[in-house]
Amino acid sequence: MSAKPKLHYFNGRGRMEPIRWLLAAAGVEFEESYLEKKEDLTKLQKDGSLLFQQVPMVEIDGMKLVQTRAIANYIATKYNLYGKDLKERALIDMYVEGMFDLNELLMTHDFQPADKKDQHFANMMDKATNRYFPVFEKVLKDHGKDFLVGNQLSRADVQLLEIILMAEEFKPDILAKFPLLQSFKARISNIPTIKKFLQPGSQRKPPIREEEVPKVMKIFY
Amino acid sequence: MAGKPKLHYTKGRGKMESIRWLLAAAGVEFEEEFIETKEDLEKLRNDGVLLFQQVPMVEIDGMRMVQTRAILSYLAAKYNLYGKDLKERAWIDMYVEGTTDLMGMIMYLPFQPADTKEKNLALIIERATTRYFPVYEKALKDHGQDYLVGNKLSWADVHLLEAILMAEECKPDVLSAFPLLQAFKGRISNIPTIKKFLQPGSQRKPPTDEKFVAVVRKIFNI
Repeated sequence: MSAKPKLHYFNGRGRMEPIRWLLAAAGVEFEESYLEKKEDLTKLQKDGSLLFQQVPMVEIDGMKLVQTRAIANYIATKYNLYGKDLKERALIDMYVEGMFDLNELLMTHDFQPADKKDQHFANMMDKATNRYFPVFEKVLKDHGKDFLVGNQLSRADVQLLEIILMAEEFKPDILAKFPLLQSFKARISNIPTIKKFLQPGSQRKPPIREEEVPKVMKIFY
Repeated sequence: MAGKPKLHYTKGRGKMESIRWLLAAAGVEFEEEFIETKEDLEKLRNDGVLLFQQVPMVEIDGMRMVQTRAILSYLAAKYNLYGKDLKERAWIDMYVEGTTDLMGMIMYLPFQPADTKEKNLALIIERATTRYFPVYEKALKDHGQDYLVGNKLSWADVHLLEAILMAEECKPDVLSAFPLLQAFKGRISNIPTIKKFLQPGSQRKPPTDEKFVAVVRKIFNI
């Protein structure tokens, strides 16, 4: 009997959000167990459930998977979101690693000390508009197809939509210079499983609110 | 016509070293073009050969691959060092992410401010001996086999050996509480391709010293 995958993390985006997106895009129902205080993390550590004492952790197919990329790789392969051969996987991996780097900037912004926030914001916006988005705009322009790799939906498309939406939360017109990314955004958002995930009431998490930051820090530090 | 893979990076370890290890373990000859000045990096950027304006970059099989993990995954799959099925890949991925985290800490150590070095070194040793090495020691103990995953050499074994040697450079007796890792180290070091890579004159790079830190800072403007 295969139970639903079960995600262990705090009730926020953090490093688990790309995994929620992938499962949702693949149409896979999942459960979540939230860490709310330090003791919740300590319990998981003491139970021996966390290979390196860290979350994210996802219970799936009899395994307790940890490490964001290991989890994402497994889900993407299992649900055919990883291209059809080694070369397509290489392209997907390159694009996705760039997206992880941008996501790291976006995700850590709210946790920056007050005196570093402005500079972090400027760097984040600069990288999004000068280093990352131009690459994906050009990929779409060069092949003229609907999806980033291999003319079919892959994790690269799902993750790109995720970071576009996150970047827009910081700067609503961030796609102003990227017409193909604008149409990409609309197209991918309309895929039924993804459309469902974008609706209120889904397991998609909101951006973290300032007043929640100390509570999250207490769990991990 | 397939030429040898060509690596673009500085003359140091940095993020390229794990790629050198994997190619060497797979017995694949490779060339290297070294970035020695800021201008060398600018030229690569202006030539449009760096997808995200960053190195490592490896020319291989008609591609200009960037992003360390993308390159490593490609090499592991191509040279049969990535397990036999999805579950083995999951274990290899988990193990490799752990050793990546540990080696990442060690890699940045020479770049930390002098007054934090001692504290950071202590944290590295703590993480190595309480978070990471116990996991690999237990994996070997539980299945009693020679390799971490699937009873066969994989990327995880090569990466772990690299991490062990780097940790030993920080503290020579760091494996004292881990007898199975000591045996593992001896065993994997003796694999002919790896033994060759460990000998003087190979393309393995030395640890980064203070002088080289200054060079790297200039190239990358950090």
